[in-house]
This record gives sequence, structure tokens and C-alpha cells, in this order.
Amino acid sequence: MTTFWFILIAFLWTGYFVLEGFDFGVGALLPLISRSDAERRQVLGTIGPVWDGNEVWLITAIGAMFAAFPAWYSGLLSTYYLPMVLIVAALIVRGVGLEWRGKVRSGRERALCDAGIVTGSVLAAFLWGAVFGNLLYATAFATVLGGVLSLSVAILHGAVFVTLKTSGAVRGRARRAALFTSAAAVPAGIVALPSVPGSAMDVPSWSASPWLWACALLAMATLSAGVALVWRRREGWAFAATALSIVLTAAALFGALWPAPLPGLTLAEAASAPYTLTMLTWIGLLALPGVLAYQGWTYWVFRKRLTVDISPH
Amino acid sequence: MDALDLARWQFGVTTVYHFLFVPLTIGLGVFVAGLQTAWHRTGKDHYLTLTKFFGKLFLINFAMGVVTGIVQEFQFGMNWSEYSTFVGDVFGAPLALEALLAFFMESTFLGLWIFGWDRLPKRLHLAAIWAAAIGSNISAYFILAANAWMKHPVGYEVVNGRARMTDLWAVLTNPTALAQIPHVAAAAFVVAGGFILAVSGYRILRERGVTITGRRTAAGGVGDATVPLRRRTDMWRTSLRGALVMTALAGVVVAGTGDLSGQLLREQQPMKLAAAEGLARDTAGAGFSIVPGVEVPGLLSLLAAHDPGATIQGIEDIQQRYEQQFGPADYTPNLPVIFWSFRVMIGFGMATVGLSVLGLWLTRKRRGPRRGRTAAPVPVPSWFARACVLALPLPMAAIIAGWLLSEIGRQPWTVQGELLTAASVSPGVGLTEVAISLTLFTVLYGVLALAEAVLLVRHVKAGPETPPAPRDPAVAEGSDTDSGAAPLAPTLMY
Repeated sequence: MTTFWFILIAFLWTGYFVLEGFDFGVGALLPLISRSDAERRQVLGTIGPVWDGNEVWLITAIGAMFAAFPAWYSGLLSTYYLPMVLIVAALIVRGVGLEWRGKVRSGRERALCDAGIVTGSVLAAFLWGAVFGNLLYATAFATVLGGVLSLSVAILHGAVFVTLKTSGAVRGRARRAALFTSAAAVPAGIVALPSVPGSAMDVPSWSASPWLWACALLAMATLSAGVALVWRRREGWAFAATALSIVLTAAALFGALWPAPLPGLTLAEAASAPYTLTMLTWIGLLALPGVLAYQGWTYWVFRKRLTVDISPH
Repeated sequence: MDALDLARWQFGVTTVYHFLFVPLTIGLGVFVAGLQTAWHRTGKDHYLTLTKFFGKLFLINFAMGVVTGIVQEFQFGMNWSEYSTFVGDVFGAPLALEALLAFFMESTFLGLWIFGWDRLPKRLHLAAIWAAAIGSNISAYFILAANAWMKHPVGYEVVNGRARMTDLWAVLTNPTALAQIPHVAAAAFVVAGGFILAVSGYRILRERGVTITGRRTAAGGVGDATVPLRRRTDMWRTSLRGALVMTALAGVVVAGTGDLSGQLLREQQPMKLAAAEGLARDTAGAGFSIVPGVEVPGLLSLLAAHDPGATIQGIEDIQQRYEQQFGPADYTPNLPVIFWSFRVMIGFGMATVGLSVLGLWLTRKRRGPRRGRTAAPVPVPSWFARACVLALPLPMAAIIAGWLLSEIGRQPWTVQGELLTAASVSPGVGLTEVAISLTLFTVLYGVLALAEAVLLVRHVKAGPETPPAPRDPAVAEGSDTDSGAAPLAPTLMY
């Protein structure tokens, strides 16, 4: 049951990284790929209906950690106190910017909202990678590298998402942005990803956990494949590749955190009692398919590419 | 000042702030859904105009409720790691369920509603706003069930220094929760009702060209002068009446469940009850001070036990009993804060509900000269519209006071009888770190509160969007790109 809940929480985090990953990327790219207010609306329109639902993946992941592994939840958040303060502040500024942008009056106020969206997206995307990088290797290098990796992959993922969801000038700029970003994302991935599985072991060895190595290396491969597919203008496949790369990275990450998600704390020690986990499992298994269905349906409703003209006002 | 004090201040500041927006979200969401339903049923344009007008206010406010809620979920672990580790097995479950069963629904369907005006079939679009509104109310249920467990823990045992859940159903049907949930939810509807009353009252005055102080503005009323004034204020009369009904009905629920909560306090949290009255000693037939010096004999006993002669425990006696039971410590919460919070909650809350009942009577339909025929609706008196605007702070102050009473009255416990607040705080988090985060959030919240207030006031002043005039293709062509947007979906989007 403990293992099941660890996998479930890893699943929720993975969903968060994949979904809010492109939200962050779109937010960070906003000033780089749009030249007018109409274009900015077009860019933001790609995530407008879905970003808030994507963020609930984080809320649910954190809530599930609180319920299933209280000591992991409290240990992680109190250890990384100041980064968490900044992440929450970034999410606040970004969320308010996104929601209020269409309701302010002057161009200056809109620019302020945009600044909030950009700053919040960049900061949050960097900090999540930095926190998890630091969790694996408590060195400054790993922290910065983790941050660079998560930020650059988010931007790449977001740029690909924009190419998939828009048409016109914005689409072309997003494609170029994706190619530029790959200059940071691919090297960062080549350095960072292969070292993820080794973090849990005193002496890194291939045979100890072949699946972990496979995930890490495939994450690298799919990331590079994503870039190649952008180059070949296969946008749908490119998005699938970057998404898969994030999934595999998260799998390697949580694989490396098992069975000790924090230094000196095992999952068995951190876990709630079997009764609690069993009850939550039943409710979760009943509710989760419904959630996935209606969230998926939202993406279906808003599946059309956005042009500048019909971009929602 | 140590880290514990600052952590408490941070929790207090962020929670009170969060709770300025949440009640509006809860009540306003249902109200907007109701307006859209009315439009769907009757097809009358003014319902659509009202839906969009209040929908926009709802969205401005919703953003703040959401982002300040993230802080809440993080800070249990950040500042209160000992508490989180102790209670997570029980307390974490409703939080996880809240995210899974309420937040996903609320945020996903709200996204569909905002962007789906011209993309979803009408009926489905209406269902989306209802799903979002119901989601907010479900979230209230779970978070209040978690909160009630802190005051009256049930369905658990303590093993190896941690609470373990033994009965989820008992946690979700905690009698304290079942009294508190309708109390707080209905109070949220009173707050939202008060907000809609103020907005509608303001719009009526503005249409008539009257200021809040009663002077006529030089420019006269706003709006299309060719439309009779009666017709222009009719729409706001509709929203005003709706809010009056909502507030009055919710007021009845608040009073009834408040009475129930009072009786539970006597059994479960006698210290809070004693502190609310400032009762020093165990007293039979305890009185109630309306304000210090004006005491009604036997009223406290009557309220808390439905028996004017019943014994109510006093602060000093409870302190002695707790010392025997739990060991020496100070078990008395902050008395003046609790005493006054209790009075502000009841006084301001009742004033708001009283205003709504008065309003219902003033705007009632009167019988026409012949039997069975009703005359035209009575216009809302300007003085009453003004009172609605001025009363805006009352329900907000009442609901915040209610939380202060509820949570400060729980001190010095985080979990009544099980865990002290002093033992709940994160041991590894220092004074500096809490100070930084408290400062950051306070400043950020202050700025955002100001911005939200400006946005709300501006949109109320501007009034609803005028219905889109038939577009002249010659003019629209080649004008700036902004005017090219779909006409049906203005301003609710980017």
C-alpha cells in the first residue's frame, strides 16, 4: 500500500510537471514570441482555459503527500522553506496576472500583469527543478543545474505547445524559440539526467536498478527527439516527445527518491496507517477517472488552433 | 517575539485574508449560476447582462481566493511540521479529498465557463458554472470537516505519538463539523448577499444620479436618457431582490446552526464559551453581556444549554481542571479578542440579515386596486439603496470575527486536548525565515488587496457592458485588431 501511494503521488507530480510545464513555458515565452497585444492574447489564450486546472495537480499532489506520508510532506516543505515561500509567491503573482489581465484598463496595467505572468512562470519553473536537484545531490551545482534543466525544458515544452495551438506569425516565432531553447535544454539534460539514478546509491551501478537508468537515458533521447521533430515541423509528435521526456524524467526522479524521499526518512516511517491509505485508495480510484475524463474533455473542447483574429478577447 | 509567534501571525494574517475572498466565491458563484439559469429559462436579456456583470466581479475575486489558497496548503508543512506529522493521517485525508473532489471540478469547469460562451452548447455552458459553484461548496465541506477535527477530534487513536485515523466516516460526520459547515457556508452566502446588495444599491443610486451622501449629481443619472429611469433601475432591482432573498434565507440557517454550535461548545470547548462571555467561575444561570455592563440574566445558559438555570463552566475553574488533567500550563486564550469577536459576529451578522428582511418588506409586491392583480413593482427607496452600500463591511467583519472567535478561542491547542500550539511549530525553521515569509506575504497581500479593490470598484462604476450594437462592416474593417474579437464573449477573457 505504501508503494502504491508513492507511485500515485509520483503520478500526480508527473501530471503537474507535464501540464504546468507548458503553462510555465508559455508564460515565460510571452514577451519573446508576441509583438502586439492581440498576439499576447493569442499566446495566453492557448493556456487560458486550462492552466488553473493544471495547477490543481500540484495541490492534489501536495494534499496526497500530506494524507499518505505526513512526515514527508512536512519534512520537504519545512526543509525547503524559503524556496517554497518563493514558489508560492511566484504562483500567486502569475495566477493573478493571468486572471486579471483581461479585466484591467490601460496598457500599463496589462504590462504589469504580463510582468507578473513572466516572472512567476520563470521563477516557479526554475525553483521546482532547483529543489529536486538539491534533494538528489545537496550541492550548489546540482541545484542550479536542476533549475536550468526544468526551466529550459518547460520553455521548450511550452514553445512546442504554442506551435501546436496557434497559427500565423506567433507559431513561427514559437518554433524558433523552441530551437533556441534546445541549446540549453539538451546539454543540461545530457549532464543532469544520467546522474539522477546514481544519487540514491553510494557506488552508482547499472545493474542495481536498470529501470531507473533506462528512464533517465530515454528521457535524454526523447528530449533530443523532440527537438529534431520541431526541426522537421512535426509539431504533434514533438509535443508528445517533450511530454514523454518529462514523464521519464519524473519517473527517474521518483525512482531515485524511493525508498527514502528525504535524507534520513524512509517511506515506511513517513506513511499513514493502512486504514487511511485503504480508504483514500477507494475514493481516489473512484474519482480519478472522472477527473481525468473531464479535464481531457476540456482540452478537446478547446482543441482548435488560435489565430490572432478569433483569439478570445 | 519568537518563531512560534511569527508563525501564528503568518497563519492568522494569511487565513483571514484568504477568507475575505472565499465567502464571496462561494456565494457569488451560486448567485451567478442562478442568474444564468434565469436567463436560460426566460430568455430575458437583462438576466444575461446581470450574469456577465456579476460573473466578472466573481472572476476578479475568484483569482484571489485561488492563489491565497495555495499558501494555506503549503504552510501547514512549512511552519507547522510537528503538527502536520502528528495529524496528517487524519487531517490530510479531507485536504487530499478536497483537491481531488472539489478543486479539479471548480477550476476545470470555471475554465470551460469563461472560455466556453460561444464554444459550448448553451445547456452545457450553464452546467459548467453550476459545476464550478458546486465545487466551491464541496471544498468548503472538506476543509471545514478538517478544521472541526482540530476542535473536536473524533475517529482516531494516538499510536507512537501520532494520530491514526480509525474511522473516516466519523471524521466526515463529526457533529462539530455538521454544525459548523452549514453555519460557515450560510454565512458565506450572507457575505456574498451583502456584496450584491451594495453593488445593486450603488447602481440604482447611480442610475438616478444620486450620490452616496444623498446629493444629486450635476450630470444627472447615467445611461441612455431615452429609456425611462424605471426601466433602467429595474435590472438592479432584480439583483437586489435576489440578494435580499438569499441573505434572509441564509441568515435563518446561520442563526439556527450558530445556536447548535453554541451548545456543542458547552460540551466540547467550554473554555471558548467561557472566554466569549468572560465568565470567571462555574455559574448556574449565567447571564450574557450585550456589551460590558448591560447583562441579561440567564441568557448565556439559555443560549448554550436551552435552560436558563444550567451551569456554565468558568475560565478559572476550567484552568484548574485542565492543570489536573494535562499538567501545569496556561490554558486561557486571549480573552478580550474572543469577547469582542463574539459580539461583532452576532451584532454585525444580525444587522445584515435585519437589513435584508427590511428590504424584502420595502420592495414587496403590493396588491393592485382589483383583487388578484398586482401593481407594478415598488421602486427601491434611495435611502435603502444607500444603506445597502454603507452596510458592505458589516457581514465581512462578522464572518472574520467568527473565525477569530473560533480559532483564537481554540488556543492554546491546535488539536483540542491532544496537541498544544507551542508543540506544533516546525523545529528547524528559524525566526529569520518566518520573518521573511511573513513580510513577503503581508506586503504582497496588501498590494493585491488594493489592486482587487480598485478593479472591483472600477467595474461596478463602469456598469455592465452595453449590448453589442450591430456592427457596421465599413467601420469595423481595418480598425485596430482589438475590436475584431467575438462579440458575445467580451471581457470575461483575456
